Amino acid sequence: MDDVAIKDDARIGQGWPFQIYKTLKEFGVAQISYVPDAGHSQLIELSHDDRAIQTTVLTTEEEGVALSTGAWLGGDRAVLLMQSSGVGNCVNMFSLAASCRLPFLTLVTMRGEWAEFNPWQIPMGKATSQALEIMGVTVLRLDRPEDAEEVVSAACSLAFESDQQVAVLISQRMLGRKKWTETR
Amino acid sequence: MARDFSLNRREAVKALLVDRGDLLVVTGLGSSSYDVFDAGEHPGNFYLWGAMGGAAMVGLGLALAQPKRPVAIVTGDGEQLMGIGSLLTIAVKKPGNLTIVVLDNGHFGETGMQISHTGLGARLDVIATGAGLRSVTEITEMKDITDFRHKLQSIGDGPRLARIRIASGHLERALPPRDGVFLKNRFRENLGLPVT
Repeated sequence: MDDVAIKDDARIGQGWPFQIYKTLKEFGVAQISYVPDAGHSQLIELSHDDRAIQTTVLTTEEEGVALSTGAWLGGDRAVLLMQSSGVGNCVNMFSLAASCRLPFLTLVTMRGEWAEFNPWQIPMGKATSQALEIMGVTVLRLDRPEDAEEVVSAACSLAFESDQQVAVLISQRMLGRKKWTETR
Repeated sequence: MARDFSLNRREAVKALLVDRGDLLVVTGLGSSSYDVFDAGEHPGNFYLWGAMGGAAMVGLGLALAQPKRPVAIVTGDGEQLMGIGSLLTIAVKKPGNLTIVVLDNGHFGETGMQISHTGLGARLDVIATGAGLRSVTEITEMKDITDFRHKLQSIGDGPRLARIRIASGHLERALPPRDGVFLKNRFRENLGLPVT
């Protein structure tokens, strides 16, 4: 019963992760893979709770690029969830989607761009957009929660209907400051 | 010396894929693609020419999308080593219809025959078992292939890994089509999926 998660989880309610989930369902996404990120945690939970979606946890992000390729070869639409630090891991694997003109969609939660506490997140955060673009991936930005449905829907159309490789970068500002200490 | 890297890779793959039935095959870049092509061109073959380390995960995505079809990945030791984490990902996802066949010659054959980690002692079978794959088979002789072949048809008790110890001698290249769009469309058409 793939609608159970929608009906039962009032906590998740109508927030932007739920809007993304609902949009992916409308586009018939049947496989979701991820390297966990706090910003994606609700969407990951919704995916795991949905028996109509095959949810796969990865050891590294480029596995998800290859998984999406196999899914499409077998008739499934797939989406890869990751954090911006994982984009660099995927660069050569993006050749698959480009060489085979495959639909590819990834939703990337950004680090290193807004109120970042950890300097080690900055270099890949600054390079995320360019790392995607040099491999031919179209980059869309999601900066405001109320735009989630519209942006993800546009990305799904570009990917699954026009055979494009698309990344939606979800602004770190939408995710809020990471809490590093219990009391401050 | 039967336990050494000794089987002829072309003969081994040909024996593996004879009477392949419904089997869908994804190949890792390099010699594994040549071997599968040489064993018999088939629209249910998807040859990788790049994306090193990705073959097993392409196979997983396909196996999840087509749970009623048996799926095999045929790849080399170097290619599987680059995607070694995918063994863990596949083991925890437990696709019953998936088999990974590693043609292990202990060398990076495409790039000048440098000795690979398996040639230097790493045990892929032990790694696969540790990752949690349900079935791990060591193949050192042609009769082992005949014994193993029927498991490729199973869609229920995977994922499986078979490590076939092959010789590292030079063979004439047999080159499958390289156009990824052609290979994708041919593969989907064979499954009755829309080609747009």
